[in-house]
Amino acid sequence: MPDQLIFAMEVTLNGLLNGVMYALVALGFVLIFKASGIFNYAQGVMALFAAMTLVGIQQGRVPFGHLINEIFGTDIHYFGWEVPALAAILLTALVMIGFAILAQQFVFRHLVGQEPIILFMATIGLAYFLEGVSDLMWGSEIRNLDVGIPQGINDSIDAVTFDLFGYGFFIDNLDVTAAIVAAILVGGLIAFAQYTKQGRAMRAVADDHQAALSVGIKLDYVWVLVWSLAGIVALVAGIMWGSKSGVQFSLSLIALKALPVLMLGGFTSIPGAIIGGLIIGVGEALFEFAIGPMIGGATENWFAYVLALVFLVFRPQGLFGEKIIERV
Amino acid sequence: MLDAAQEGYTTADGRKIGGVVMEMRNITLRFGGVVAIKDISFDIREGEIRAIIGPNGAGKSSMLNVISGFYNPQEGEMIYRGAKRPPMKPYQVARQGIARTFQNIALFEGMTVLDNVMTGRLNHMKASILDQAFWWGRAQREEVENRKRAEEVIDFLEIQKIRKTPVGRLPYGLKKRVELARALVAEPKILLLDEPMAGMNVEEKEDMSRFILDVNDEFGTTIVLIEHDMGVVMDLSDRVVVMDYGRKIGDGTPAEVRANQEVIDAYLGVAHD
Repeated sequence: MPDQLIFAMEVTLNGLLNGVMYALVALGFVLIFKASGIFNYAQGVMALFAAMTLVGIQQGRVPFGHLINEIFGTDIHYFGWEVPALAAILLTALVMIGFAILAQQFVFRHLVGQEPIILFMATIGLAYFLEGVSDLMWGSEIRNLDVGIPQGINDSIDAVTFDLFGYGFFIDNLDVTAAIVAAILVGGLIAFAQYTKQGRAMRAVADDHQAALSVGIKLDYVWVLVWSLAGIVALVAGIMWGSKSGVQFSLSLIALKALPVLMLGGFTSIPGAIIGGLIIGVGEALFEFAIGPMIGGATENWFAYVLALVFLVFRPQGLFGEKIIERV
Repeated sequence: MLDAAQEGYTTADGRKIGGVVMEMRNITLRFGGVVAIKDISFDIREGEIRAIIGPNGAGKSSMLNVISGFYNPQEGEMIYRGAKRPPMKPYQVARQGIARTFQNIALFEGMTVLDNVMTGRLNHMKASILDQAFWWGRAQREEVENRKRAEEVIDFLEIQKIRKTPVGRLPYGLKKRVELARALVAEPKILLLDEPMAGMNVEEKEDMSRFILDVNDEFGTTIVLIEHDMGVVMDLSDRVVVMDYGRKIGDGTPAEVRANQEVIDAYLGVAHD
């Protein structure tokens, strides 16, 4: 087998796994957009906030430590204990649910029935607010996130591919874990939406508010549920991205990577978010591999957006989005 | 005319009508300066088919929206099953056992017929979100139980063939029937139907009339319906409220209402000379 083809296969595999990471972020957007028509600009910041909170809890940091020290002239930073990873993840999930309740209570329930652009602006406000809270609570230094996910080259893939092609693929364990976690998450979300009472209520609200009210569904409750799920998805994305490249402000910018994924997959489809993520991941990896060297590289920065733009022209609703049919 | 204090009555076809389930007392509803409903009182008795009729813009739909909690009236009170009902949200009214359909059909278009009907059972499912998320015993049992009820209603309304079809693909007449199924499966104390026959052809109208009568007969459901097709209403209902320009101009059996001069004027127009 020619070397080029083997390299291309390795690049494709890595692209697929990268795509999963994009899909994880896109998933949070889809959940909220489907149920409430809100494009949640804050999704990326939610991932940052979740990761920061997780690190903070794990290391036993005192929340609002700086603020407390400023006001009372004390010098406390740590509680002096360390919380095991799993417990810290659960606690962070609770914090995200709390955030969902507060966001609904203080912002979105007052904006029911407003224009989408107003709701969008509200999420921009929410994003900056949450960013500030995150800084205030946990500080703005770069943190290392380690919840025990294996990192480095996956030896078995390396060995298998070496036997097959005489060349071992370099696949990061973290990416493999992310793919498995994403698969479980998506499977779980779909099953929840299809077969449970709350899932049915969620789908009902996404479809028609008035009809949902008439069968006794409390919109507030469903929206809190959806924001909580989006918060937990943000936490998962935060863990994966944070483990990969550290927890810092730039983590919130992964939201920008989710945009082309959404345009490709459609804003309302959970499978669409996954497929869209994979296409973008593979597309940009292969493009960089094949064309990149000819035009000076660094094509990952823009390729996804161009691909999304091309898609917009031919299929504005995305691959799996609801068809846009307008009756005249 | 019927006496409000009277303990029920027997209809011409021999059905027993019970006591008052809901009473509207001096209801007034305004939108800014526009008065949609003006000082209207009437009652709804257990097991009866109660119609609200009137020309376009008479305030019939507003009245239905008041009963189902989509609007809250500025004046007057509602007595529901012996207690005064405070202002409520629509979902709270639904949880009290008042189900409704809409004039322009409000179904979940992307969901199948069965799923749509199942949403009508949401308030009968008690399992907590944790039970649901992990699909523990209780959640599973409830799903099976409620699924059975849903299938019964689907059979009753003869929509078995389209159980798995997404509602968005169905023709208008069938959508109306699915909406009725979703409301009916909630086992409501009062079933509100907003123009159940609107936009239907003669055949579909006959089907719908039959279903409404069957529902009332089989389950003893109290039905309040709005129509402006006089013929249909007179055949179906036990008692009729007639509205015009937000006021009540008649209330009684179809025969009484038909003989009421004010009602005739409202429907046929009066010669102003």
